[in-house]
Amino acid sequence: MAISQTTSRIYGGLGACAVLWAGVQTYIVHSFGFIWYIAITDGIVNTILLSAACWLINNNLRYYQPGKGSYVNLFMWCVSLAGICTAGCRWIIPYLSMSSAYMLFLTNSLTLRFCTDFLALGWMAMVSMLYYTQLDHKETEKRKSEAEKLARDAELYNLRQQLQPHFLFNSLNSINALIGFKPEKARKMIHQLSDFLRGTLKKDDQLLVPLVDELQHLNLYLDIEKVRFGHRLETEISCDNHCEEAMLPSLLLQPIVENAIKFGLYDTTEKVTISIRAEIDGSNLVVMVQNPYDPQTTRPKGTGFGLRGVQRRLYLLFARNDLMETHQNDNIFTTIIKIPQV
Amino acid sequence: MKRVLVIDDEPLARMVVLEYLQDFADQLEVIQECNDGFEGLKAIQQHQPDLVFLDVQMPKINGFEMLELVDNPPSVIFTTAFDEYAIKAFEAHAVDYLLKPFSKDRFNKAIEKYLAQAPAPAQHVKKTEDLLEAVASSPAQHERIVVKTGTKVKIIPVQDVIYLQADDDYVSVFTAEGSYLKNKTMNFFEQMLDPRYFVRVHRSYIIAIQQITRIDPYEKDSHLAILKSGAKIPVSKTGYVKLKGVLGI
Repeated sequence: MAISQTTSRIYGGLGACAVLWAGVQTYIVHSFGFIWYIAITDGIVNTILLSAACWLINNNLRYYQPGKGSYVNLFMWCVSLAGICTAGCRWIIPYLSMSSAYMLFLTNSLTLRFCTDFLALGWMAMVSMLYYTQLDHKETEKRKSEAEKLARDAELYNLRQQLQPHFLFNSLNSINALIGFKPEKARKMIHQLSDFLRGTLKKDDQLLVPLVDELQHLNLYLDIEKVRFGHRLETEISCDNHCEEAMLPSLLLQPIVENAIKFGLYDTTEKVTISIRAEIDGSNLVVMVQNPYDPQTTRPKGTGFGLRGVQRRLYLLFARNDLMETHQNDNIFTTIIKIPQV
Repeated sequence: MKRVLVIDDEPLARMVVLEYLQDFADQLEVIQECNDGFEGLKAIQQHQPDLVFLDVQMPKINGFEMLELVDNPPSVIFTTAFDEYAIKAFEAHAVDYLLKPFSKDRFNKAIEKYLAQAPAPAQHVKKTEDLLEAVASSPAQHERIVVKTGTKVKIIPVQDVIYLQADDDYVSVFTAEGSYLKNKTMNFFEQMLDPRYFVRVHRSYIIAIQQITRIDPYEKDSHLAILKSGAKIPVSKTGYVKLKGVLGI
């Protein structure tokens, strides 16, 4: 709301400038001894052309900001627009008011007209560029600080998640059981659990990691769940060779797989298969996670099963809202995320 | 010889209990192990055990929900990784609760506690019923109502409930699909349901606020609430005051 208010105020100001410009020019032409009709026509036509050129430049800069090297382009743009404005005056005004004395005046003043038009356009370009750059900067700043805050929240959430009773205490309970009759397995599970916890704690949320590392971490998690529910948990992880080196934000897949486990394993009684598939599609890494669910006891809401955090994180990192999608059919819940590869 | 049932969805967790129970083999006999609440429910009805080791977090219906469906609940020892804070509230009502992973010593104490108070089984039923009342008021239980229809278990999300009506010793739960009987009191449901969405408008009725289309005056001092389904529910004088409070009128 505030932004649109500022914008309309800016446009009002520019409009007033244009009216003033037309007035001044009319007065100057009139002071050379031409009648008001000719002076007004000259003023209005020139101002309309100039305003159109200004609008063009302003609009261009709104959606595209030139890099440091392409200021020359902008300069060329101003020169050619000023040229077009001047030429426009030269060819349009004579149609509206014919007088040989005025024609002479017009041809003689072309250089001066070109220079003033160029100055006006140059000023417009500079102001627009500064304004939009600063606006863009503000937006980026905001996104960045929000991303940082979310990363902190995610870290905290992960910590709590890992240290909460269900996962940690149940795992410890399984170890307790294994010590009695399969001490070797118990020892192995202790190592898996500590590797997994360490992996969660040391990771920096801002960091991009290769997919192969992330999958290794997920495997630790799934292996622990297999010790607890081995009789009914199957996992399928597929990832072809050139996917392995694809980069993605660390711990991005963790909440998705946790969700799959929560609804696919903790809330079902049959054998379940949880599958993770990764592939490269154009310039994106596409990861698909599938789990069965029971529609009688759980109903996906909105994006489904509390994956909003993942979607938010993707938005903050890549400024895109279309990177995550979820589907449900035949009691299978599918989460697909795309990670742009730079 | 006391008959014991072990209900937990993790095989390794059941093994710990079985291993620890070996020392009490002359007093306690494990008659069955169950993988989830449905199996547990069936086994309890079938064997009428004296003592149940019950996990709370289980697929589809949790330990509390399973207990609600049992007609004569046995003594219960919870074995859970549920956080201590949440389970403390029920401590007084269960025989005991064991937080996973638990030690042999702690387990022995729970068994001794059970054996020491075993002579009066009627007292246990009372205790377990008190436990369920306490569970009902915990926020984790606001989401759904679990009922038995014949031999099947039906899970009703609370947002599907239109109204509840007292029916002798039972309560009828009305949904768009039909009504279900549950062996519970109106007080139980009044405790369980979120007071922002459900109001007890009458001694025998609790209605979902979202379902109300209008409220008409009816006889002296009382009103009728007309629901979207067309049902007309009597609203008592005190019920009307409560309803006005919730609706903010």
